[in-house]
Amino acid sequence: MRSLWIGGVLAATFAFAALLSFVWTPYDVTVLDIAAKLRPPSAAHWFGTDHFGRDVFSMIMVGARVSIAVALVAVGIGMGLGVPLGLAAAALRGSALDETIMRGNDIVFAFPALLIAILITAVFGPSALNAIIAIGVFNIPVFARLTRGAALGLWQRDFILAARVAGKGRARISVEHILPNLANLLIVQGTIQFSLGILAEAGLSYVGLGAQPPTPSWGRMLAESQTMISFAPWLALFPGFAIVLTVLGLNLMGDGLRDFMDPRIRRARA
Amino acid sequence: MEAPAEVIRFALTRCLSLGVSLIVASLVIFAAIEIVPGDPAAYMLGLSASPEAVAALRAQLGLDAGPVERYFDWSLGMLRGNFGVSYTYRTPVAQMVGDRLWISLPLALYALALSTLIAFPVGVWAAARRGGAVDVGVMGATQLGVAVPNFWFAMLLVLVFAVNLRWFSAGGFPGWSAGFWPGIKALTLPAIALALPQASILARVMRSALLDTLGEDYIRTARAKGLSRGQALRRHALRNALIPVLTIIGLQFSFLLAGAIIIENVFFLPGLGRLVFQAISQRDLIVVESVVMLLVFAVIVVTFVVDLAYAAVDPRLRRRA
Repeated sequence: MRSLWIGGVLAATFAFAALLSFVWTPYDVTVLDIAAKLRPPSAAHWFGTDHFGRDVFSMIMVGARVSIAVALVAVGIGMGLGVPLGLAAAALRGSALDETIMRGNDIVFAFPALLIAILITAVFGPSALNAIIAIGVFNIPVFARLTRGAALGLWQRDFILAARVAGKGRARISVEHILPNLANLLIVQGTIQFSLGILAEAGLSYVGLGAQPPTPSWGRMLAESQTMISFAPWLALFPGFAIVLTVLGLNLMGDGLRDFMDPRIRRARA
Repeated sequence: MEAPAEVIRFALTRCLSLGVSLIVASLVIFAAIEIVPGDPAAYMLGLSASPEAVAALRAQLGLDAGPVERYFDWSLGMLRGNFGVSYTYRTPVAQMVGDRLWISLPLALYALALSTLIAFPVGVWAAARRGGAVDVGVMGATQLGVAVPNFWFAMLLVLVFAVNLRWFSAGGFPGWSAGFWPGIKALTLPAIALALPQASILARVMRSALLDTLGEDYIRTARAKGLSRGQALRRHALRNALIPVLTIIGLQFSFLLAGAIIIENVFFLPGLGRLVFQAISQRDLIVVESVVMLLVFAVIVVTFVVDLAYAAVDPRLRRRA
């Protein structure tokens, strides 16, 4: 329970900062103020300013928006396509469709998200949208495998047999009986993939394959800070802390949720 | 003794699926590069080029042929080690890749070795002191290690060890011709940065695998026989816990190869990663195509080898496949 709370608070803080940035940030991140460039952290600029005089705290708030949006949509793509594929593969176990879906998964798995991103970028040019697609595609086999594996176990259970005797078709059983029983598992995995998505987005925007200027993103802030790290270390520290705390928060939340939703562990603790 | 027919069938199906995976992957990569708008020949020659010169260069690069023919040219060429000719540098891609592979590959192996060397004792230590202060500390540290982006960790390493302490240079590579140790030294910070998150994952796997085996009946038997907890752990539990750990190590190799692409950018190492990003910005698509295919090939083959090794260690898995 403790990790669920700590993780939840951390994740909620960044989600709140991202939402708040739509209506308010301490400074406007699109306005350059060269006179105030490279100020160390102070009361006026909590996290200092960058080489264009932009407020780092405000940039991190807006950057949270990009990171969270990219990771969230990518998890949505992974779940939206992976879960139905996994359900279909489990419902038609051993069929040609099952075989095709699983082998397809293996092949997608062979392309680490970064390689997919490189390919997509080579073709369409870098953008936040392409980062979303790259991370999302990589998420599909994760959810497909998880769903298929868990669903196969459920298909052996008596209540499914009862539903079949009642005359329900495989598709209907998958949606009405299998899917609700997978919800916990999917939520936990979704949280973990969400945190991996934040890391992946940071990596992609660090190498210039993510959101493009002038939209601030954590990864690109780090890339830009690299040449200034010896005299303006705060530029490298704060965006890094933002990534670590968000990912840590989501991971703790995932662990906590898994324990919370697993009745066996809960009983053991009580 | 097991029926050899079963073993042969297992090996054959695995080989078949390896072949299919490689062919499909190459088709996907080829198709992706194929839909890129623009003509590489026109791009290479610039805006002022005459149509005749562009046509001549197209013929020279083999761009006149249909997509099917070009796919076979490319894929069969790769099998023979001929990766085509760079549009930008007019040098064989195989040569460019070959030079840079000697940075990326040692970097990935170095990181793999570091990650294993760190994770093994740490995981065993945590499992042996389950629930104690050491265990809690290790679990907390690995939780943090998983959350730290490796390129940011790399920057912090540069800040501490290159900028402040001046023990290492902040980046660049002297080349292996400068000697083995200068090369290793240049790869040390990058390898540490790459290894940290992998070591965290591996230590957690090692710990939970050991805890699983420590709960088995044969450990209780060994203890009843009079072995101390440490002896039972070393002689019996460790060996059985190695199966899942070895699998993870194998799979991590592909993450390390891909992760190296980003880390090379932090340290300005002239490896495959920098080659790919330069090629993207110069629209040198044949280089992108070949390097991505090479990396995907490596990932697929390593996964295949891990699968086979796993089956060799655990005969139960052969029957399931």
